[in-house]
Amino acid sequence: MKPFAYARPGDVAEAVRDVAAEPNAVFLAGGTNLVDHLRLGVARPDLVVDVRTLTSREVTDLPDGGLRLGAASTNSQVAADPRVRERWPVLAQALLAGATGQLRNMATTGGNPLQRTRCVYFQDVTTPCNKREPGSGCSAVGGYTRYHAVLGTPAALPDPTAPETCIATHPSDMAVALAALDAQVRVLGPAGERTVPFPELHRLPGDDPSRDTVLEHGELITAIDLPALPAGTRSAYRKVRDRASYAFALVSVAAVVTPDGELRLALGGVAHRPWRATRAEEVLRGQQLTQDAVRGAIAAELAAAQPQPGIDSGNGFKIPLVARTVLATVRGLLPEEHS
Amino acid sequence: MTDLLEPRAIGADLVRRDGEAKVRGTATYAYETPVEHPAYAHPVQATIARGRVTAMDTTAAEALDGVLAVLTPFNAERLAETSDFEYAVLQGQDVGFRGQLIGVVVAETSELARQAADAVEVTYDEQPHDTELSADRPDLYAPEQVNAGHETDTAEGDVAAAMATAEVTLERTYSTAMYHNNPLEPHATTALWEPAGGGFLTLWDSTQGVHPDRAAVSEVFGLDQEQVRVVCPYVGGGFGSKGLPHGNVFLTALAARALPGRPVKMALTRQQMFFLAGYRTPTIQRMQLAADHRGRLSAIAIDVVEQTSRVKEFAEQTGVPARMMYASPNRRTTHRLAALDVPIPSWMRAPGECPGMFGPEVAMDELAEELGIDPVELRVRNEPEVDPETGKPWSSRNLVRCLREGAQRFGWSERRAYRDGDWLVGTGVASSVYPTMRQATSTAALRFEGGRYVAEIGAADLGTGAWTILPQITADALGVDVADVEVRIGDTRYPVASVAGGSSGTNTWGSALVVAAREFRTKYGADPRDGDEASGDVDQAGQDDTHSPYAFGAQFVEARVNADTGEIRVPRLLGVFGVGRVINPRTARSQLIGGMTMGLSMALHETSAWDPRIGQVANHDLGEYHITVNADVGAIEAHWIDEHDPYVNAMGSKGIGEIGIVGTAAAVVNAVHSATGVRVRDLPVTLDKLLPALD
Ligand SMILES: Cc1cc2nc3c(=O)[nH]c(=O)nc-3n(C[C@H](O)[C@H](O)[C@H](O)COP(=O)(O)OP(=O)(O)OC[C@H]3O[C@@H](n4cnc5c(N)ncnc54)[C@H](O)[C@@H]3O)c2cc1C
Ligand code: SF4
Repeated sequence: MKPFAYARPGDVAEAVRDVAAEPNAVFLAGGTNLVDHLRLGVARPDLVVDVRTLTSREVTDLPDGGLRLGAASTNSQVAADPRVRERWPVLAQALLAGATGQLRNMATTGGNPLQRTRCVYFQDVTTPCNKREPGSGCSAVGGYTRYHAVLGTPAALPDPTAPETCIATHPSDMAVALAALDAQVRVLGPAGERTVPFPELHRLPGDDPSRDTVLEHGELITAIDLPALPAGTRSAYRKVRDRASYAFALVSVAAVVTPDGELRLALGGVAHRPWRATRAEEVLRGQQLTQDAVRGAIAAELAAAQPQPGIDSGNGFKIPLVARTVLATVRGLLPEEHS
Repeated sequence: MTDLLEPRAIGADLVRRDGEAKVRGTATYAYETPVEHPAYAHPVQATIARGRVTAMDTTAAEALDGVLAVLTPFNAERLAETSDFEYAVLQGQDVGFRGQLIGVVVAETSELARQAADAVEVTYDEQPHDTELSADRPDLYAPEQVNAGHETDTAEGDVAAAMATAEVTLERTYSTAMYHNNPLEPHATTALWEPAGGGFLTLWDSTQGVHPDRAAVSEVFGLDQEQVRVVCPYVGGGFGSKGLPHGNVFLTALAARALPGRPVKMALTRQQMFFLAGYRTPTIQRMQLAADHRGRLSAIAIDVVEQTSRVKEFAEQTGVPARMMYASPNRRTTHRLAALDVPIPSWMRAPGECPGMFGPEVAMDELAEELGIDPVELRVRNEPEVDPETGKPWSSRNLVRCLREGAQRFGWSERRAYRDGDWLVGTGVASSVYPTMRQATSTAALRFEGGRYVAEIGAADLGTGAWTILPQITADALGVDVADVEVRIGDTRYPVASVAGGSSGTNTWGSALVVAAREFRTKYGADPRDGDEASGDVDQAGQDDTHSPYAFGAQFVEARVNADTGEIRVPRLLGVFGVGRVINPRTARSQLIGGMTMGLSMALHETSAWDPRIGQVANHDLGEYHITVNADVGAIEAHWIDEHDPYVNAMGSKGIGEIGIVGTAAAVVNAVHSATGVRVRDLPVTLDKLLPALD
C-alpha cells in the first residue's frame, strides 16, 4: 500500500490530460478491481483520476441499429437492458455470469474489459511476476496453472525466468462476448479520438507481458458500441467454473450464429486475451454448421493448444473442456435438424 | 444416569437473543471495540520458508510520519515463556515457515501501518525448504499421541490374516486436501496495557474461549491470570481457528506494550489468515476392509499420513473414528506425520472425524458395490453391540435409525442412476459420527437481581447460539420462564469457562449452569431475595464413565454431473442425526445445515493449492479459494430423531456444532460415483477428474 493523490476533474478531456501528464497515473471507475490492487500493492500509482462520474452512464441506440454503452454504465444496468437481452443475449448472459450482484452494481463497461488477470502470483507482491514487475520472471510456470492459458502461449514449456514469459488469462466474461460481437471501443486520448475493434483491444504477452491492451497511457474508454446483428441471429454464453456462481471461468464460450449459418466464436479462460476463434471460424466458412463440422473446426482451433503442467495436475483438462463446451453451446443455437 | 431436566424452555424454537444487534450492526466485534485514540498494527511476514532473518532495515518505515513503533526480533522485548514457537513472536531470528511473523509496525492509521510494514527491508540467510507431503517419505514419524490425547496407533486381532482369508477385501488410498477455516470475521485483537504499575492487560479478542486465551497470554507475558482481562461478546465464526490463540494475538499484545495506555488494533487480512490462523492438514488414508459375502466385516484398518509444522506439532486424529464406527474383530489404526517447513496446522471443525470419515465411508460404499449390497444395509449389518474400542455399552447409538429414517425421507429405495437431459444423476449415502464431550472446567455464577435470574460464565458464542440456549437451560433448571433469565458470557470477569470446541460448549457450560441453579434452589428455595447468589462447577454435575457417548447421523446426497462439461451440482442434501435432546431447533438446524454445507464445500470446492516451490498456499484469498456459495446449495434438510440419553448430562444434549460436516464429503463422492461410474478418491471432486470418463 502506498499513498496516492486523488483527483476528480471537471470533464473527460481534463481527465485524459491529467493522466497523460503524470506517467504513474491511472483512471478509476467502479474500483472493484483497482482498489483491491491498491491495497495489495499490485498497483502503486501516484495519481488516481476518478472518471466514473465523467464518462456517460447512458445506453443509447445508434442509427444503424447498434447500441452504445457509455463507459460508466454498470454491468448490472447493461445486463438488464431489454435491448441487450433481446438482441445481444450473449452479452447479457456473460455479464450475469460474472462476479456477484454487488460487484456488478459497481463494475462498469469501461472498467470490466480492463480488469487485470487473476493469476495468483500477479496478485501476490512477494512472488516474481513479469506482468506486475517486468523482468522479474513468471511464477506461474510449473505452479498453480488451473486458471492459466492453453492458447497463445509458446509451443514448448515457457522459460519461467525469461522476461517475456506470461501464461496468464484475461478473466473478463463480458470481454469474451464483446469479442464475439465485434464490438467497437471508442477511445479518447491525448492525441484525440479513435476506435479500436474489440477483438484487437487485448494483446498477447509478446515481449511485454505488463501490457494487457493496445491502449496507450492516458487513453480513456468513453463507450463501447455494439454493431447491429442480422435479424434472426442467435447467441449464447456458456461459462464453466468450479462452483455455480462467483467464480472466474475455467473456460467460457461466446457463440453467435447468424441466420445464414455463420458462426462467430470467442473463448474465455484460455488465453492472455479474449480468444476469438478465427481459425475455427475460417474452417467453417461456407460449410453447413453441423455438429461434426463444429467438432472439426474446434479441433483445428485447438491444434496449437499447449497444456501447462503444475499444481493439482495443471490445466491440460481445459483443452477437451473447451471443445466440449463449444459443441454444447453451439448445439443449443442450431436449428433442430443439425443438432 | 442423570435425571434429565424437564424440558419447557428446552426444545423451544426461540430466536437468537443477539440476532437483532447483529442484524442492526450494533454488536461490537473485537476490532470494532470503541476505545479512545487507537493505534493500528500491521505485521511483517517472512518471505522465505526456512532460514534466518539476518537483518531488518526499519529506517524507511520509521521515517514515515505517523509511525509509532517498529518491532523486530532485534529490538522486541524478551517474553517470559518462549517454549511455544508460535506464541514466542519476535523472540528469535529463525524462520520456520513462509508468512511467519517477524515484525510489527504500529502507526496512527491502519493504512500507514501497512505501508510502513511494506517498507521494512529484510535480509535472510535462506536455507532449502521441504514442504511436500507424501506417503513414501522416509522421515515419517509416529507422534507421541494425536489431538485430544488419543493414542497414535491401535491394533486388535490380526488384520493381515483377515485380509488373507476373507471372501472379499478392499484396499484403497484416499486423500483429503488442505483446508483453511476462513471464518467471516478475521482474527482480530484490540489490546491495551495500563500506562503504569503492574502491567495490566486488556484484550478484546476474537476467540472461542476468553479463559483459555487469557491463560496462554498471561503465561507468555509472565503475568498472573488476574492481570489480564479478555473480552469477547461476539465472534464472527471460528470453526476451530480461534480455539487456541495464534501468533497474531501475542504480536498485538507485544505491539501495544510499546505504547502503554494506548489501545492497539490489529486484524489479519484474509491473505495473512492462510499463514497464521491454523488449517487442516492434508491427509492420505490407506484403507483396508475385509468382509464375508454377506458384508460382515472381519477387518478394518486405516493408516494415516499427514503433516505438521517443523516448529510446532499438531497431529490430527484422523484414524480415530475407524476405531469405533463398525464392528470388526480385527482392526488397526496408525498415524504418521511429516514435519515440514509449513505453517502450523490446528483445529478445524471436527478435527479427526471430518477427514477420518472420508476414506472409511467411501470404502464402505466401494465394498457395498463389490458385494452388490445396498450401502445402507451394509452399514446396518456392521452395527457393533458395544463400543468396539472400549467395550463399553453405548450411552445411545441410533445410527441405524438415522440411516432408515433418512432413507425413507430421501426416497432411497426408489433411487436409480439415470440421465435427465444433459445431466447424469446419482445418489449416495454416508454415516456421520461425533463424540459427546464435556470439559473438566467451567463454573457458572447465578444471582437473583431485580426480579430476574442473572447467570455469568465466560462462555463463547461463535454465532452458534450460546447467548440464546444457555438461558433456556438455566430457565428449566430453575423452573422459571426463560424471559426471566439472562446469561452473560464472553468476559474473563465472569467465572471460568472452557473453550467452545469439540462440540462440548453446551454440554459443559450447560452442566455448570444446571449445578448452579440446583445449588441456588437448595440454598434459597423458590422465593429468593435480591442479591442471593450461588455458583456451580461442571465437576459437580453427574458423570457417567460406564457408557460410550457419541452422536451419530446419516447423510444422503443427490448429485448431478453435466454430461458435456463435468460440472457437478448437488440439488439435494439430507441429513438425519441422533444428537440427544435438541435445546433449540432453530439454532440446532443452523449448526447442522452449516456443517453439511461446509462438508459439501470440502467435497466439491475447497482446496488450499499448495505451491511447494515457495512453500505457501497459492490461492490464498476468497476470490480463488472457493467455498461453496448459495447457488451451490439446493434443497438442504437436517432432521433429528427423538433421542433420550440419560448418560450424557442433565440436558440430554450431545453437541451439534461439528457432526454436520462429518461424512458429507463421502456421501457426495458416492453420489458422483453413482451418477458417472467415476470413483474420485482424492478430494475435491472437480470436473477435470470426471471429464476423461464422460463420452
Ligand atoms: C471477488 C470478485 C469476483 C469477480 N468475478 C468476476 C467474474 O466472474 N467475471 C468477470 O468478468 N469479472 C469478475 N470480477 C471482476 C469485475 O468484473 C471487475 O472488477 C470490474 O468489471 C471492473 O470494473 P470497474 O469499473 O470496477 O473497474 P476499476 O476497478 O475501476 O478499473 C479497472 C481497470 O480499468 C481501468 N479503467 C476503468 N475505467 C476506464 C476507462 N473508462 N478507460 C480506461 N481505463 C479505465 C482502471 O484504471 C483499472 O486499471 C470479479 C471481481 C471480484 C472482486
Ligand atoms: S502468468 Fe503472467 S501474471 Fe502470472 S506470474 Fe506469470 S507473468 Fe505474472
